[in-house]
Amino acid sequence: MTPTLQLFLIISAALFSIGLLAALSRRHAIFILIGIEMMLAAANLNFIAFWRFSPQSQPPTGVMIAIFSIAIAAAEAAVGLALVIAVYRHYRTTNVDHLNQLKG
Amino acid sequence: MSSAAVVIIAILTLAAALAAATLQKLMHATLSFAVALVGVAALFFLLGAEFVGLVLVFVYIGAVAVLIVFTILLTRRDVGKDRAANWGGAFLAVAVFGGLTWAILKTQSVAVVAPHIRLVTVKRIGEALMTSYVWPLQCVGLLLTAALIGALVLVMEEKP
Repeated sequence: MTPTLQLFLIISAALFSIGLLAALSRRHAIFILIGIEMMLAAANLNFIAFWRFSPQSQPPTGVMIAIFSIAIAAAEAAVGLALVIAVYRHYRTTNVDHLNQLKG
Repeated sequence: MSSAAVVIIAILTLAAALAAATLQKLMHATLSFAVALVGVAALFFLLGAEFVGLVLVFVYIGAVAVLIVFTILLTRRDVGKDRAANWGGAFLAVAVFGGLTWAILKTQSVAVVAPHIRLVTVKRIGEALMTSYVWPLQCVGLLLTAALIGALVLVMEEKP
């Protein structure tokens, strides 16, 4: 029995929901970043699944978009972690509940 | 591509992701996150996108996970207890999952099996990157440069 597109979409939805859970329910900034990365990985899985289950295209559009999306996710992670370090240096904490003022 | 393999890999991936979302210790959560990404890369391999799976392993596990570990070590003094249970977030996540699953199961046009397609070789990807995707490629290069310079500026020591 071969899997249908539905199976992959449900896996992707579950991964996205777990990422949302991590981003919403944790108080540690690094956990929130991990959740966002998980949601991005779920989106990539959707791109690849839709590409694989649709008629062939030349060039392989889904693959290209997934590659670009991975590159952008890497850039986002680098800037996000730099922000975490900068905030930690200032506030001595990375708990987002304690970061409640804009004034430096 | 068989359903059993997909389901087994999906269960492992989702279990690792759930562990990453709920474990108390940051380091354990990061390692679970890396395991979940290996699972996603395995799904990419099953879907016939070997190159993207390899890129995912290199970029996410080789760079992003290591970067997260470095950040955890640099902010180590702050490893207090994280309040794990937040019922609002959990409820919203379950609601999103339920809504998405309902929509997916209700849509008939996604209940299809994979057609037979030609293998996507690295040569084809490289040709596409150098012809029809050359502008996006340059923009991503610019974006990565800007992001790395921005990250450096952010973490530079402030002059007193």
